Amino acid sequence: MGGLDLFGTVPPASAEGAWSVADVTRRARQLIEAGFTHIWVRGEVTGFKAYRSGHWYFSLRDAQAQVRCVMWRSDNQRLPGPPEEGMAVFVEARPSVWEERGEFRLAIKQLLPTAEDGLWQLQLERARAALERDGLLDPARKRALPGYPRRIAVVTSPDGAALRDMVSVVGRRWPLVELWVVPSKVQGEGAEEELCAALALVNRLPEVDLAIVGRGGGSREDLWAFNSERVARAVADVSVPIISAVGHETDVALTDLVADVRAPTPSAAAEAAVPDRSAALDALAALSRRLARGLSRQAEVGHERLERTADRLSGSVQMQLERRENRLERLAATLDALSPLKVLERGYAVARDETGRVLKRAAAFTPDLAFRLGFADGDVRARTLGSDE
Amino acid sequence: MSDPKPSFREELERLEAIVRALEDTDIDLDRALGLFEEGVRSLKTARELLRDSELTVKRVLEESDGAIRTDDLDR
Repeated sequence: MGGLDLFGTVPPASAEGAWSVADVTRRARQLIEAGFTHIWVRGEVTGFKAYRSGHWYFSLRDAQAQVRCVMWRSDNQRLPGPPEEGMAVFVEARPSVWEERGEFRLAIKQLLPTAEDGLWQLQLERARAALERDGLLDPARKRALPGYPRRIAVVTSPDGAALRDMVSVVGRRWPLVELWVVPSKVQGEGAEEELCAALALVNRLPEVDLAIVGRGGGSREDLWAFNSERVARAVADVSVPIISAVGHETDVALTDLVADVRAPTPSAAAEAAVPDRSAALDALAALSRRLARGLSRQAEVGHERLERTADRLSGSVQMQLERRENRLERLAATLDALSPLKVLERGYAVARDETGRVLKRAAAFTPDLAFRLGFADGDVRARTLGSDE
Repeated sequence: MSDPKPSFREELERLEAIVRALEDTDIDLDRALGLFEEGVRSLKTARELLRDSELTVKRVLEESDGAIRTDDLDR
């Protein structure tokens, strides 16, 4: 380090030629920036504040000293979330002077918790606590999956292995269903926004009865969008039962906690989503046997009933017949009474001409007419002698 | 945008209701025969659905005006 000559000019030795405040802070900044380039510093975070602009301000301290720090938005964006008060961290920083305040500070490029995964874990815990506070992790919220879904919305990357796996499993188990793929980035820049938009879109699709959101396995950074509080809230807002399937065996993603069902892989999600065709065929076979038995049971019941009915029926027919016989007898008697023979038996005779026509009036008996008189016991031939007129 | 495929669940539920009716209640024989025939039809439809269905995979696209359409996804 070159010492004071870095101020460039001879420092003022008297009040005459005194520097302005701006001069001295600028020169201090130049001196410090030239003296250190990038350095790593270890300390504890204190007084953290995130401004609306997205920039972070805090101090690092240890037992003896502290130093102000700034981490610009463009640098802190790469982190899962802000550090916690008291957290021990390593920072990669460029020392500088903030001229307006005459403040010595570190502009931080990178911040790493000394504990491995510290920030990720911390951010996850924060988001989880927020979801818990809002009741989104309540087991009572969890809905049952439909037994026989007809249309499943799948939020994932359209060309990922996850979709291929799901298509294969569903196609084998339950091809009766429609898969509606709602495309979304599942990692990297913009993945959170796209996942949130795709999940919101699911609510606008007609006749969907189940949703799956997921992706295949990857590094923790790859899977990070599924640990975003925003995405978790979007999952919770889906109006149909939803399965979260993020391909990882050990960790649990935040979306897993708010979804109705958590599947360890997309294939497992597909298995959980649809029934198995061969099991359904077995169930149909059982129903088919019961159907046949049911009918024969009804036939037996019907047969018994029919026999009872037949007994009743024959009884009633008998009665009808008897009733009819009586009626016939009465009718026959009436007919008998009306028969001309009965009249003849009472002493009357009927006169008929040669052709058998009944002669009912005296005028019909012309003189010398040959006719017959019919009596109950036989006919008598007769002839007109004349009339009384 | 098409209607979903015929419902396996509806056929199954109808079939179960018919079987229960034939098993648990006394029904006029004509009616029982009618139910049986309907059950056989449901059984046939359900089996055909299981046997003949092919998985449909569609991609959902949202237009700039917010309209939703779907197209077949190349697999």
